[in-house]
Amino acid sequence: MLGVAIRTEPRVFAAAVTGSAVYGIMTVGAAWAVGWATDHAVLPAFKAGKVPVGATLTAGLLILGVAVAKVLGIIGRRLLAGVMQFRLQSRYRRAVSDRYLQLPLSWHRRHPTGQLLSNAGSDVDMTWQFIAPLPMSLGVLIMMVAALVSMVLTDPVLAIIGFLLFPAIIVLNTVYQRFAAPRLAAAQEMRAGVAEIAHESFDGGLVVKTLGREDVETGRFAEAADRLRDANIAAGRARAFFDPALEAVPNLGVLVALLVGTSRVASGAIQAGQVVQVAYLITLLAFPLRAIGWVLGELPRSVVGYSRVKAVLQAQGDMEYGTRQAPSGGAAEVHLEHVSFGYDGQAILRDVDLTLRPGSTVALVGPTGAGKSTLTGLLARLADPDSGTVRLDGTDVRDFARGQIPAQVSLVPQQTFLFADSIRDNIRLDGDADDEQVWAALRLAQADRFVQRLPEGLDAGLGERGATLSGGQRQRLALARALIRRPRLLILDDCTASVDPQVEAAILGGLRDAAGRGALASTVLVVAYRKATIALADEVVYVEHGRIVDRGPHLELVERCEGYRDLITAYERDHEERDAAHEKEQQDSEKQDSEKRDSELQEAGR
Amino acid sequence: MSTATADARSGADKAGARKSGAENADAKNADTDLDDDLGTEENTVATGGYQLPEALDGGYAVLRRGVRLAPAFTKGLGWTLALALIATVGRVVIPLTVQQTLDHGILAKGGPDYGEVRTMVALSAVAVLITAVSAYLMNFRLYTSSERGLAEVRTKAFRHVHDLSLLHQQAEQRGALVSRVTSDIDTVTVFIQQGGMQLFVAVAQVVVVTIVMAVFSWQLTILVWVCFVPMFLVMRKIQGRTGRAYRKVRRRYGKMLGEVSEALVGADVLRAYGIEDRAGRRIGAAVEGTRDSQVRTQRLIVVTFSMGELVAGLVNAAIVVVGVMIGVGGHLSAGDLTAMLFLVNLFISPVQFATEQLNEAQNAIAGWRRIVGLLEQPPDVVDPGPAGVTPPDGPLGVGFEDVVFAYPGGAPVLHSLSTQITPRTRVAVVGETGSGKTTFAKLLTRLMDPSSGRILLNGVPLKDVDFETLRSRMVMVPQDGFLFDMTVGDNVRYGKPGATDAEVRRAFEDLGLTDWLDGLPDGLDTRVGQRGESLSAGERQLVALARAYIADPDLLVLDEATSAVDPATEVRITRALDGLTRGRTSIAIAHRLSTAEAADEVFVFDAGQIVERGPHRELVGAGGVYSGLYESWARQQSS
Repeated sequence: MLGVAIRTEPRVFAAAVTGSAVYGIMTVGAAWAVGWATDHAVLPAFKAGKVPVGATLTAGLLILGVAVAKVLGIIGRRLLAGVMQFRLQSRYRRAVSDRYLQLPLSWHRRHPTGQLLSNAGSDVDMTWQFIAPLPMSLGVLIMMVAALVSMVLTDPVLAIIGFLLFPAIIVLNTVYQRFAAPRLAAAQEMRAGVAEIAHESFDGGLVVKTLGREDVETGRFAEAADRLRDANIAAGRARAFFDPALEAVPNLGVLVALLVGTSRVASGAIQAGQVVQVAYLITLLAFPLRAIGWVLGELPRSVVGYSRVKAVLQAQGDMEYGTRQAPSGGAAEVHLEHVSFGYDGQAILRDVDLTLRPGSTVALVGPTGAGKSTLTGLLARLADPDSGTVRLDGTDVRDFARGQIPAQVSLVPQQTFLFADSIRDNIRLDGDADDEQVWAALRLAQADRFVQRLPEGLDAGLGERGATLSGGQRQRLALARALIRRPRLLILDDCTASVDPQVEAAILGGLRDAAGRGALASTVLVVAYRKATIALADEVVYVEHGRIVDRGPHLELVERCEGYRDLITAYERDHEERDAAHEKEQQDSEKQDSEKRDSELQEAGR
Repeated sequence: MSTATADARSGADKAGARKSGAENADAKNADTDLDDDLGTEENTVATGGYQLPEALDGGYAVLRRGVRLAPAFTKGLGWTLALALIATVGRVVIPLTVQQTLDHGILAKGGPDYGEVRTMVALSAVAVLITAVSAYLMNFRLYTSSERGLAEVRTKAFRHVHDLSLLHQQAEQRGALVSRVTSDIDTVTVFIQQGGMQLFVAVAQVVVVTIVMAVFSWQLTILVWVCFVPMFLVMRKIQGRTGRAYRKVRRRYGKMLGEVSEALVGADVLRAYGIEDRAGRRIGAAVEGTRDSQVRTQRLIVVTFSMGELVAGLVNAAIVVVGVMIGVGGHLSAGDLTAMLFLVNLFISPVQFATEQLNEAQNAIAGWRRIVGLLEQPPDVVDPGPAGVTPPDGPLGVGFEDVVFAYPGGAPVLHSLSTQITPRTRVAVVGETGSGKTTFAKLLTRLMDPSSGRILLNGVPLKDVDFETLRSRMVMVPQDGFLFDMTVGDNVRYGKPGATDAEVRRAFEDLGLTDWLDGLPDGLDTRVGQRGESLSAGERQLVALARAYIADPDLLVLDEATSAVDPATEVRITRALDGLTRGRTSIAIAHRLSTAEAADEVFVFDAGQIVERGPHRELVGAGGVYSGLYESWARQQSS
């Protein structure tokens, strides 16, 4: 991981390490300067009882100079380390989100949105969190070596304390990291769990509200939040213990140095100033040495974060693309040959054979859950069949180059999704259509009137799910988005369910006119239940349980296919039965009335 | 939203341009940019004319209000502070020992006194251990109380999001809303645990060290303070700037997650239209915008930190020079001066630490603002709670009196609507899209409150009915059958917690959906996937319907609840419901007029008004709006 970091940002890293080295050396330099001042200015002054002006000023300037150099080191180290960390984070965030954009929808279906969000957010953050303290800890290593050298030069005996103490601090730190790592990893897992529940729950906010289940949801969330709390407390307890220990150890080291130093001074081996210098070095280094611990402390978290990020970066199953380019213009011909498809071992489509002639309009009809939407998804290559082939003008859709299917095929899904963007951009998407073309598409989708009524017109913004428009209005925008692209194959997946009958009739009429004028040369596959929609189709394909049961003109199917007849005439039969029931009711009540009258008459007659 | 993205993009461009130029030359301009940007972002209002707020007053006030959110934060705080104080005072042990050893041990008259040194070292070792133990206890208490407090706040914030009205919930992208209960709270955790207490310790340490220093030499102590005071003043100014910079980071981060979540939720549209690149560019711009704001913040922090280091060097040099001069005058011993050098270190490190932590505090305050802002946002649809009125048991009737509704800043959607729905009627609501049908349903179920006018439930103002009663007696099935990532059975049980499998199965049976249920691979145990997406849209609606049905409400509102279901199944369900809702009140919004035919009464909406009402049979021949609607529906059915 470190290798990855350095390879990605070599220059920034080198500069940051240089800054740290300067900082490290200058920290030791500060102790040396104080020691020098003690020996050459302070002690002589007190001994002589007068100020050695030259030496004192030199000492002052020395200390100041060292501080300035140290500050420069700090600026280099911290600023660049920060830059490096943020750059790495943003690079990986992009990489992760790019994978999201490439990975197949089946992969998306397997991974909760909350989890993916935390992969792109906190997991990436965590992965590179160790970068910021990294140059510092490398600087500290240099500092440590410099300190040890300076100790050995001062007094080899006192230096032994340093040789024992510094590694001890690092070891203690490492033990702490080993101890804390699994706890921190557990906490991170819990954190993702909290985000997941929050995301799902806010997403289903309307259901929660309408059923008054706020308490249940809060309970579910509180449980996850409490688990996170307990995991954090467990990790915190480790830290609560090691932090003071790490502070106490160098302090005890200073005390030992004093003890040893006294006997060394007594034996005349060194001077008092040198004891002070060693003790000062230990205090100075005690804190920075822990920077190594910070890095080691972040590392386990980073490893956890990186493994979660890597799972996304290395996820398999991307769609493979060929090199074929889309033919320009003209309606497309579609063939499905022995197509089967399923998720999680559940077959959705079984051995489907289907041909759509260029320029034809075909209605796809079938009961709820028959596999219609899945079929439309295969045509737009949102997924590839488990077996069999989907061909567009004889070419296997898998042979087209990337982006060539969307260039020819527009799918309007059943569930409308609008971007948090202006109406114009929602319709235009990536294309370069001008406003006139946008309006034309809106007119065709019968959406021009309500857009005109919006105060901001095409510039009106839409919420994450287009919250301020009605369902039918959103569906019409989604339709306009498909139409503006003049697709060779247009797939409408029951996408006008919320549109009023009159409006739908106008839309379909408009489509037919456009085709008649040659303005829209499309093969159209429409998933529909309304007879009017079906009536516009040249042919009906009826599916049940993932199989094509029958196909042919509407009237023929009504004649010979029982399932289709039941489905398509459901409203009519319902209407007739109601009429019959109503008539019967009326007759009954008339009968009752006349009986009543009869009995009244009888009574009156008595 | 688009403005924000554009802003992020322009931010990225600016940063790109700056890279080629001199890095630090225009630091001042960068800060002005920062303020401008922040201003623009604050003025960017989400669709619907509403945005969830952030608490905008002073940082300290925000912190205090935040801490008040959960009693766990302050429980036992006194003891924790006492322990912290012991741990802090313990820090001066080492410099004191050094001074004492030097003056009375090593430099003792008549040569180094080993025995004296040993005693002092032993005492000092005990003190160091006591300090460590206090610090451990203090840390432990701190972690426990802060985590408890934060878990409490997290849950509260989560609950509050649900208590806000739909309008407020939709004001923010899901991802950003999630970040309010996750990462924003995490910034606070980090601050309290790593900074907050240490900030207190640091301040205590500065005080303690100042006192000890003054004992050694008051002159040098004044010198130290004279050097640091100007730095404090400058620091305060920079801190304000850092605070704004952090707020911007938090906000951009939230927005960035919003962009990513949009790409995740809309993944199939991205794929179908081949616009992955467009999404990639937008996410990229948001990611880079976040990065740039982070780097800019880092720059401010580094400036503050290195300033402290510079002042520290200045102080050290001054102490040596001035100390020597005073010492020669006989006011100071060599040990005292050495001790001062050690003490200054103890003074500087908390000061630096405190500035560092004050920076972190800005980050935490930025997070806190978003949490406090959320929690202090009063729900605009208020639950009267236990003080509420319970309408008498039995079927519910509804009255609308001069009800007007408009979205904030928008034109009225409903104009002075007055109507009555008598108990036990089955009402169908029809009309063009955008005519106000869904608004009617949302007002009726109190998902929103009218701008003016009253809604009555069996004569009781709807506003006075407590939510628990309201939600148990009146259930709406929205068009989008959102399901949770659980099994079919558990999703239905969501409508009636604790329902047995047999009850759940019976709900499907009652609705005539047994065949469908039996066709599922694992029956009730079939998992529905995220948002129910392993099922088709129509199937999700079936489950959502069963979920509402099992809740057994007195009043059922169906907002195009079967719009994606095939006609045969729909007719079957409508008939099943006909029988089942007899004796209850039901209101169905429908495009398919078969529903209207079956209803006792039809409400015809047009441009925010009920223009016709009556049974289907009366309206259909009346030659009004309904006749037209029905005619076109019938034409579609029979052609």
